[in-house]
Amino acid sequence: MMLELASDQGATLEERDLNTSPLAVRGLTVSYGQKPAVFSVDMTVQPDAMTAIIGPNGAGKSTLLKAALGIVKPLSGQVSVFGYPLEDQRARIAYVPQRASVDWDFPTRVIDVVLMGLSRQLGLLGRVRARHKARAMDCLHRVGMRDFADRQIGQLSGGQQQRVFLARALAQDADLYLLDEPFAGVDAATEKAIISVLKSLKQSHKTVVVVHHDLATVTDYFDHVFLINTHKVAEGPVAEAFTAENLQNAYGGRLATAQIDQISHVSG
Amino acid sequence: MSGAEFVPLSLTPMLIGTFAAIACALPGNFLVLRKQALIGDAISHVVLPGIVVAFLLTGTISTWPMMLGAAGAAILAVVMIEAVRRLGQIEAGAAMGVVFTTMFAGGVLLLEQTDTSTVHLDVEHALYGNLESLIWLDASGWASLLDPVALAGLPPELPRIAVTLIAVCLFIWVLWRPLKISTFDEGFARTMGIRTGALSLALVITAAVAAVAAFDAVGSIIVIAMFICPPAAARMMTNRLEVQIGWSVLFATLSAILGYVLAGYGPLWLGAADAVSAAGMIATVSGVTLAVCAVLGPCRHRVGAQTSA
Repeated sequence: MMLELASDQGATLEERDLNTSPLAVRGLTVSYGQKPAVFSVDMTVQPDAMTAIIGPNGAGKSTLLKAALGIVKPLSGQVSVFGYPLEDQRARIAYVPQRASVDWDFPTRVIDVVLMGLSRQLGLLGRVRARHKARAMDCLHRVGMRDFADRQIGQLSGGQQQRVFLARALAQDADLYLLDEPFAGVDAATEKAIISVLKSLKQSHKTVVVVHHDLATVTDYFDHVFLINTHKVAEGPVAEAFTAENLQNAYGGRLATAQIDQISHVSG
Repeated sequence: MSGAEFVPLSLTPMLIGTFAAIACALPGNFLVLRKQALIGDAISHVVLPGIVVAFLLTGTISTWPMMLGAAGAAILAVVMIEAVRRLGQIEAGAAMGVVFTTMFAGGVLLLEQTDTSTVHLDVEHALYGNLESLIWLDASGWASLLDPVALAGLPPELPRIAVTLIAVCLFIWVLWRPLKISTFDEGFARTMGIRTGALSLALVITAAVAAVAAFDAVGSIIVIAMFICPPAAARMMTNRLEVQIGWSVLFATLSAILGYVLAGYGPLWLGAADAVSAAGMIATVSGVTLAVCAVLGPCRHRVGAQTSA
């Protein structure tokens, strides 16, 4: 269906957006039980940029990401990745789930987790060869975890676990990186390491989308924001969309006025 | 013990017990890590009435009617769970508990009320199997392993469980990478294009096939014990899944052989006259192995629990 749009000469601006955006979502609605978690959301992610998905707890940030990736099944809506259906573009997407979503007691080593990022290349029965190991070690090096390759993953701190997850995403060598709360509960050194890797991804023309909860760092880290509270509240460059009014709309009474003042000063 | 005595009387039960134990322990590794270990328990409960009904309809205990009966019972169980959950508006876990126990009780009741005395199908055999009776009377010694005439007299349970074991091994070998990734991180597996729902179902079906094939020879006690004890003990010996699988096979083999020998000779050594149930002793050995590993295993601490808190 997206392909038909591409050949349509009379495509509107929005339709052209759909064809170029690394991730475009139209009319996405997801529900767990009776109440919708995400309701009729449109999102167009800008290429070669870092976008933060922001909203209060339970606003559907992670759900939006999971539905866009086909991890949860939406009630309705369409997703296109680089203008094509999601299933055709899996190889171009890397995903970092929430750290707490897996059992770190799982019997495996750090290097094995990073090698999981190469499993599309390896196929079902392909042997892990020296070049795959070297690539995994290189990814660990980029997140400062090279020395931990042979550790059991349960022996790592929370920040180290998060960096291993990022290394696995790097191993996927994708064009679109989607991260779910990568800064949640990590130490300052890890936060610095992660943001430096993400910024280097942006410099090599990759697209990064992050579910983010720390409003204080939004202007430092990101180029674009997407504000959500079940419905889409605002979307755009940080300077335009990350405003006190939009935050008030997204968070309602849950954000102290003083906090909003502070943020609006920072964002100018 | 001489070959002339060992081969006809002990070789086949030992092999069948070992194959059944390994066939259950292999998928058990993934079930335990997925926190679905009791699914083996559930399977062996649910399939009993299916197997009994299949026997009552066909009059034989052969592979296909039993597998079909078991599959039919499993489908009925799913429908009943869904019905109880919706009509009673209770959570899925409670609905499963009600359905599994009801179906097992129904199977036992059917066994008691009908005449199954011509074959090894009664309550005792449903629980403990009939491992001791799976002897190979056509054999006269080790040379019989090369004798086509004697081989034709092998108990049919042996090739049946051997084929099942090969199928289980193939399943895990071919789907190793998706199984491992989706067991560790299901969300990530989905984004890699792995169909986690279908894979999960395939794992349960594999476990069910192993359970039904093993059930016939060794009864449901071993099935339940082998799904859980060798993998859980193996987990405490290593922090690598590849190595854990190896340990679980070793523990399953050890339980089957040691359990069989102890059941046959243990009571004699203690001065008693009779042997005890081999299946019961195999389950006991696997339980003791688990207990020893829980106390002495090098990787028994849940390190992940501390850091992720």
